[in-house]
Amino acid sequence: MKFLRNGAAIALAFAPVSGFADTLEDVQARGQLLCGVNTGLSGFSFTDADGNWTGFDVDMCRAVAAAVLGDADAVEYIPLTGKTRFTALSSGEIDFLSRNTTWTYSRDSDLAANFVGTSYYDGQGFLTRAELGVSSVMDLDGATICIKTGTTTELTLSEFFRSNGMTYEPVPIESDSEAQQQYNAKSCDVFTADASALAANRASFADPDAHVILPEIISKEPLGPAVRHGDDRWHDIVGWTLNALIAAEELGITSENARTLGDTTNSPEIKRLLGVDGDLGAMNGLSATWAQDAIAAVGNYGEIFDRHLGTDTVIGLERGLNAQWFNGGLQYAPPFR
Amino acid sequence: MSQSNDLIPPRPAPQSANGILGRIQALAAQGPSHLILSVISYAAMAAMIWLILRWAISPTWTAGSLAECREILQGQHGKACWGVINERWSQLLIGFYPKAEFWRPALAFVLLGLAIFAMLRVNARAMERKLAVIPFVLTPYLLWGGPIWSWVVLFGAACLLLVMNKLLRSTNAKADFAIRIAFIGAAVWLAMNISDALPPSLKDLGLEPVKSREFGGFLLSFLIGLSAILFSLPMGVALALGRTSKLPLLRVVSTGFIEFIRGVPLITLLFIASTLLNIFLPPGTNFDIIVRVIIMVTLFASAYIAEIVRGALAAVPKGQTEGAASLGLNYWQTQRLIILPQALKISIPGIVSTFIAVFKDTTLVSIIGLLDPLGLANNIRADSAWTGIVWEIYGFAALIFFIFCFAMSQYSMWLERQLQTGHR
Repeated sequence: MKFLRNGAAIALAFAPVSGFADTLEDVQARGQLLCGVNTGLSGFSFTDADGNWTGFDVDMCRAVAAAVLGDADAVEYIPLTGKTRFTALSSGEIDFLSRNTTWTYSRDSDLAANFVGTSYYDGQGFLTRAELGVSSVMDLDGATICIKTGTTTELTLSEFFRSNGMTYEPVPIESDSEAQQQYNAKSCDVFTADASALAANRASFADPDAHVILPEIISKEPLGPAVRHGDDRWHDIVGWTLNALIAAEELGITSENARTLGDTTNSPEIKRLLGVDGDLGAMNGLSATWAQDAIAAVGNYGEIFDRHLGTDTVIGLERGLNAQWFNGGLQYAPPFR
Repeated sequence: MSQSNDLIPPRPAPQSANGILGRIQALAAQGPSHLILSVISYAAMAAMIWLILRWAISPTWTAGSLAECREILQGQHGKACWGVINERWSQLLIGFYPKAEFWRPALAFVLLGLAIFAMLRVNARAMERKLAVIPFVLTPYLLWGGPIWSWVVLFGAACLLLVMNKLLRSTNAKADFAIRIAFIGAAVWLAMNISDALPPSLKDLGLEPVKSREFGGFLLSFLIGLSAILFSLPMGVALALGRTSKLPLLRVVSTGFIEFIRGVPLITLLFIASTLLNIFLPPGTNFDIIVRVIIMVTLFASAYIAEIVRGALAAVPKGQTEGAASLGLNYWQTQRLIILPQALKISIPGIVSTFIAVFKDTTLVSIIGLLDPLGLANNIRADSAWTGIVWEIYGFAALIFFIFCFAMSQYSMWLERQLQTGHR
């Protein structure tokens, strides 16, 4: 009787509102996590032929569901566009947002979203045809550039070219598919977007080797999950689930050994993280095996990356900035103690 | 005057004006410029068809990814990769609706098709029209599923209400109205609470519930389009009557509503449905996004229908109203028996155009994150197996849209011919 309850909901709409309840309690009572994802972005969030959501961002949802509910499949995915994502978060339509969203000052403060960390360090790059012989962005003076309108990339591009005293001719496009068409029809010499998107686009070309992604990355696009303002415990849970995945890679915990390593290892930190020793889970109102469940369900950070974006996939991205800190990257989890 | 009984001498068969030869001759008779233009047009058409066929005829039905397609085609460019349709056609049709339950939307739409066919025939019998209501009542249950009891109660109540219509006809109108409202209220209350009263073994009896979020593809387009079409017509007629009414309040409200809705793009209304309503509703309430969208699209369509009907009302000669008044008919009888039948007949082309436009406008919901055929196209293209595919998915969607829109426009033309009464 959905319609009737909806009617009741409308009637209640103007009743006094007591603010958001505890998100963790809501999720546990519902038995399902409401996770906002992209409607479709290569490597990050899409559906397979059976309608199952997969991708890098989707695995963040699954990890949090496993940590909170013990079941990585207890997720309802809410596909969101760039325009609807923050309202969906602030209105409570979703529990958290895992939608390749760049962490910026204004979004964190003005839009009342709290970013819990950076799951993927992206940046704006340039894709161009190898035959043009361009090896650096500095050679692009006077180039025609395909650029998505109304994005931060558009602003970054014009700022970059202006500050370097170069000119370019923009070819405005609306979507990746349009970009592919324009670029392959040689309407533009260069296509600029986030480097991960460029890699996915390049992988779809008939002859990927005829195209190069230039080495310069001209912007910082730290993508991460976001939660609502005003629920610190939920912020901690989502943030530390991400940290647990990153720490798991550092500590050598994988989806295969997550269930057993705690009993065989001598490392106290692994024991604490997997819930064999101590009571880290209880501090956030979770079960002792919260991190163990999350890692067993989706694997550690490295596994997730390799599965969806890494060099073995079609997209074929290097770890780069997303490598562990001891490998020269930026992924660094605070200690579990 | 003598009458001749001689036979008329045989003549050669008349030249066909319809056969290919006849046409060529007719063209030739009109001079060389006609002939040249015709040859060029036919050649262009043939080239276009050849290009499309050359692209479409491609042995890639079984390919599992764009790369496999390219392997099969071995470097031939400009060929379709049909593997994506083979793998995803059911997703494009019903979205994430459970595949095991595919029969439910299929059955619902077949029944609806039959019902619409039965209802829309000009000379349908009254009984057929009444029976045709059943699929409309059944469809929501078939689509959403869930425990059957609430729907049984509502369905029973609806049947009882029909019987009551017969029984209560002669009594006092106001009491009659009150009884009906009370009855509907009681039925709704019972429907909402019946599941609590039942033993647990019976409670969940019924079809497996399906969430609105799982609806997608053409199922979503049809659902939104069809609901908007169904609800917007009566609402539009009511608004048109309201706008032409003599009661100032009614007129101002109707005019204000129509002008507001017509002054705002549909996408704005959809954003209101998807984001603004969320802010007004108390947190945690889950007011179904699809229902929100259906309401907005219905409001949008009804404003346009209202203006079309108002135009038609103005086209009915004033003498008709006066004649009805002289016969002693009251306002509603005049509208129902004299004015609206004529006005609606005039407005058929406009109404059907609006319906077609509304059906196509349902693709706008992809902008607010619902996975209609276009939203799904984007989603499918994000699968790295199919990134880079464009024409196949969009072509498939376009073909299905074309089939239904063309059917609607043909129906409207057929209906106009059926209702042709000679004058006007």
